[in-house]
Amino acid sequence: MCSRTLRTKGRKITLPAGSDKGMKERKMGKRFIWLFFLFWPMLLNGCQQQKGGFTIAGSTSVQPFAEMLSEEYMAQHAQDKIFIQGGGSSAGVQAVRTDAAQVGMSSRNLTPAEQDLIGVPIAYDAIVIIVHPKNPTRNLAREEIRGVFSGKIRNWSEIGGKNHPITLVSREEGSGTREAFQHLIMGKEEISLRALVQDSNGAIRQVIADDPNAIGYISLGLVNDRVIALKIDGVEPSVENIKAKKYQFVRPFLFIFKHEPQGSGKKFLDYILSSEGQKILVHEGLVSVASISTPQTGTLK
Amino acid sequence: MSKEKFIEKILLFIALSSISILGLIAFFIFVEGVPLIWKVGLQKFLLGDRWFPSQGSFGILPMIIGSFLVTLGALIVGVPLGISCAVFLCELTPPTFGMIIRPMIQLLAAIPSVIFGFWGLIVLVPLIREHLGGPGLSVLAGSLVLGLMILPTIISISEDSLRALPRTFKEGALSLGATHWQTIWRVLLPAARSGIVASIILGMGRAIGETMAMIMILGNAAQTPISILDSARTLTTNIGIEMGYATGDHRQALFATGVVLFFIIMGLNSLALFVSRRKGS
Repeated sequence: MCSRTLRTKGRKITLPAGSDKGMKERKMGKRFIWLFFLFWPMLLNGCQQQKGGFTIAGSTSVQPFAEMLSEEYMAQHAQDKIFIQGGGSSAGVQAVRTDAAQVGMSSRNLTPAEQDLIGVPIAYDAIVIIVHPKNPTRNLAREEIRGVFSGKIRNWSEIGGKNHPITLVSREEGSGTREAFQHLIMGKEEISLRALVQDSNGAIRQVIADDPNAIGYISLGLVNDRVIALKIDGVEPSVENIKAKKYQFVRPFLFIFKHEPQGSGKKFLDYILSSEGQKILVHEGLVSVASISTPQTGTLK
Repeated sequence: MSKEKFIEKILLFIALSSISILGLIAFFIFVEGVPLIWKVGLQKFLLGDRWFPSQGSFGILPMIIGSFLVTLGALIVGVPLGISCAVFLCELTPPTFGMIIRPMIQLLAAIPSVIFGFWGLIVLVPLIREHLGGPGLSVLAGSLVLGLMILPTIISISEDSLRALPRTFKEGALSLGATHWQTIWRVLLPAARSGIVASIILGMGRAIGETMAMIMILGNAAQTPISILDSARTLTTNIGIEMGYATGDHRQALFATGVVLFFIIMGLNSLALFVSRRKGS
């Protein structure tokens, strides 16, 4: 189809060119159409070209923070381009292994099978259980939380509240926050299918803020005054308690490297671990690396 | 080749490329989705009621039921309103008034679904939670909003089919002594039946396909709703809410959900086509 019409065009050019102006203009127009058809795939392709930069891929929980940091970083280092992709923690590990990305992001510790890679914590994030401010509940045992989220406890009166059914709110399957909640709090228990599902931490917070009988989980950094973060087993989810390792429902945000970090990847990591980078993360509600411990970063500097 | 032929060829090329895109989409959905249905087993996939993709349970029965329940609810809300509105516009309204109302209904069709969803979330959901109980994010809220969203489809197609009736139908009925209402109820509506049914089926297609507004107000619990105050998840919202982080089998399962949706929508559209064709014969 393509070549035939092109030939048509060729034949037309060999004809004695019509001397009137309109004809020429029309021909020009056609040429432009063909140029467009020829080049638009290249235009699309061009958007994906990554010249002189590096790719970071992985956990969607870390992604927004990495994006924020990279914007700041690129503002200072215009020559370095950083491309950030999501995909999830496991996809991040996979991307680093296959060299699809130079740096991976993970919101969980590396598994024993992944120990050939190097994971560097850039910050810590706590999972907190939230309720509406009007809800009198302020403390739950971990077992009670498990009972509530697995659907065994269905009424607030069973855990010391008023007689009203509990509205469960959860994240969707595949989300890093859900994975962390499952791993840190639920263990082997399944999250009930009766739970409402929202596709972001912010949406969960919104539902909880609107419904006095709802309960859900989000990142500590996203708690605001419209919701109350519950104590778990009597321990308040504060930065101090996380530092003191009293509040244990904490997950690391890791940058993953295949080899010892070097080049622009190392420069970006150094920036994140610097006091300036950490300040940004703390401002966004995460807990800085320095305030917990630095188990794996020692070898780097 | 003459210039005319050349332009014809270009138009043919453009038309074919738009159809081929449709083919490509269908092809990719099937390539991605069918292997998982094969792996899980069609029966387990369609009739399973446990959706835990990370643990290898892929049952979409709650979503199929959810889709049909919400759509049914939308029809209960939208069909009486829509047909009454079409009859009113066609038979009872003075022309000037109709000229104001008709563009407003078209405007209703132009409102983005996220606005409907937001309105439902802010206005309907708290009302339902406070006065009827439950989480508010429910089949009822979804049905009400969807009912409004399918109104323009139902109204405009029903009105067109009422207008397409020969004048003699109405004149004949009136001259036989029927009242205006008897004419509408006994003559015009039955005569326009196929067009009206087609409008309902197209509205159904729109309702089943709606995603954004439903993500916002259905609550998305992957359970089979028992009452209209329960949260539910439809086939489309299942894809919409989980596609962000899905990988591997989970991602394929979402495409497989798309395959099921594809067949449902194809079925509905063919039915609409069949019903409206019958009118012609």
